Amino acid sequence: MKLLKLLDVARQSLLKNKTRSALTMFGIIIGVAAVIVMMAMGTGAQKNIEERISAMGTNLLMIRNGTNQRGGISRGAGSMRSLTMEDADAIRAEADLVEAVSPTVSVSGQVIGAGQNWFTQTIGVHYDYLFNRSWDLFEGNMFSDSELRARSKVAVLGGTVAENLFPDQSPIGLSIRIRNVPFKIIGVLDKKGQSNFGRDQDDVILIPITTAMFRLSGGRKWVNDIYASAISTDTAEAAEEQVTEILRRKHKLVDGQDNDFNIRTQTELTEMFTSTTQALTQLLMWIAFVSLVVGGVGVMNIMLVSVTERTREIGVRVSVGARGSDIMIQFLIEAVALSLSGGMIGVLLSWGVANFMQNSQGMTMIIESWVVAAALGVSVSIGLIFGLFPAYKAAQLDPIDALRHE
Amino acid sequence: MPSVIQTAGLRKTYQLAEPVHALRKVDITIEQGEFVAIMGASGSGKSTLMNIIGCLDRPTEGSYQLDGTEVSGLDRNQRADIRNQKIGFVFQGFNLLARTSALANVELPLVYQRTRRFKNSAKRAAECLERVGLKDRMDHHPSQLSGGQQQRVAIARALVNQPALILADEPTGNLDTKTSLDIMGLFQELNAEGVTILIVTHEPEISHYTKRCIEMRDGLVVADKQIENRRDAREDLANFTSVTSL
Repeated sequence: MKLLKLLDVARQSLLKNKTRSALTMFGIIIGVAAVIVMMAMGTGAQKNIEERISAMGTNLLMIRNGTNQRGGISRGAGSMRSLTMEDADAIRAEADLVEAVSPTVSVSGQVIGAGQNWFTQTIGVHYDYLFNRSWDLFEGNMFSDSELRARSKVAVLGGTVAENLFPDQSPIGLSIRIRNVPFKIIGVLDKKGQSNFGRDQDDVILIPITTAMFRLSGGRKWVNDIYASAISTDTAEAAEEQVTEILRRKHKLVDGQDNDFNIRTQTELTEMFTSTTQALTQLLMWIAFVSLVVGGVGVMNIMLVSVTERTREIGVRVSVGARGSDIMIQFLIEAVALSLSGGMIGVLLSWGVANFMQNSQGMTMIIESWVVAAALGVSVSIGLIFGLFPAYKAAQLDPIDALRHE
Repeated sequence: MPSVIQTAGLRKTYQLAEPVHALRKVDITIEQGEFVAIMGASGSGKSTLMNIIGCLDRPTEGSYQLDGTEVSGLDRNQRADIRNQKIGFVFQGFNLLARTSALANVELPLVYQRTRRFKNSAKRAAECLERVGLKDRMDHHPSQLSGGQQQRVAIARALVNQPALILADEPTGNLDTKTSLDIMGLFQELNAEGVTILIVTHEPEISHYTKRCIEMRDGLVVADKQIENRRDAREDLANFTSVTSL
């Protein structure tokens, strides 16, 4: 039997019972739309997180102090004070898989400028810090190598600090006092917005690390974090191993001894943040999928009713020479037509819902084409799977009984 | 030329609580161009015989050659193909597909043909509808046609595959006298053109329009005789019409 004929027979029989077909499709429509919307939400959230993390800097390795533990009492992350300037110098000199190494020293305190004052975090950094964090300047310059060596009292302001201290003017060339030490402002950073942790990343002042260590902290030896960038995403893991090896050697750690530092890569951060989202998305996906299966049972139910109603028709077709397989294919095609139409309407619906949520709720919704293809594929499979039993039943009807059926 | 139907020792036994012998031993031969009525009361075995002759069912025992082919041992699919190529069915209740045009109904057997005997099935179906006088009703659905017209569509459907045999099961059972005569007239015309027709009926009047009458009782053939004083359905219809119009 020709495919076109079969499709036409399917179309006619579905149109014959419009209300029934529509109600049957409803289950599939909701199921498909739910699956796609859930996937769009998950993908959108994932993309959001990835964007925020890559905003922290590309291929970033964050080396932090280890956690001190004495007598079973943990003293909190980074409590070990094991990282030093020398460590940073060693990494810069020896690790060929990383570039732009920047140690940091954090000093918080009250900052005064132009008659205003502001409590913020001042970080002593290497000028490579901007490269590590993929940060650009809004105006002015970063401090130079000679200013770094000379422990110059120069500062680069984050956007929030600049706005609060100098609301009406450009602060370049003006001065501020950090812990009562006067600094000259040489630059203002681009705005980065909130971090994944919800902290305002622009509420910061960058100064040369040498200045921070010797002029603000009274000559401390240890540094807070060391930022480094792997030369490529592919080698980030190897770079991590290389840095670990250098630091263990510098810290004279013997085999079996734990690291007194830890390294976080972006991949790890991404994984950390996406795992929760993914778990939630998967849960919702399963619920959506179950509704799709329930829709499939609806298709099976209606197909069984249809087979019973059309017993006579089946008898006529068989009597004029239709084989069991012809009857089976006819009913399978009807079931698939039903579920695929439902699937296509479901795709349109999900598109509408995703747009609505994006526009009104401000959620990032990303519908990937493979998800649409997969949803349609699943619709076809549902039609096939749940149409199989009714179609088989139809094909097995005895023509004599079928012709006599009232 | 082989006989259209040749059965030998045909038996059909249903295994119920106790075995029911629907056919005990039936030997029938029907030649090309015959017009035969199979008569019998209900329970005589005529329906069982018709189902076996129509390849809808298989005999428990015995041989059945249809148009020279032994068909008693064929499986479901082979029987479907035989029905498609060699048999045209006409039923009491017409059995047309509702909401499907007369043309599509007639075309139905050709939709399932595997031999591609008829390349242009729509054209062939149209020819058959024209032959039964429904040239101007091709696009009508069964619900838009009278009982007589519906049975004509069914006859066109039976003719469409140029079958070796037309098998009609109580073809006038749902029709009034006038329309019955009209349909019998059509069968007589088709038979005159060489079509072999087998009618299963319990109405003795119908058998008067055929050429030969086989009578069955209790699963056996009890009488098999040529019809003498065969009636002409067209003449009877003309007389009937003139009588009723008085």
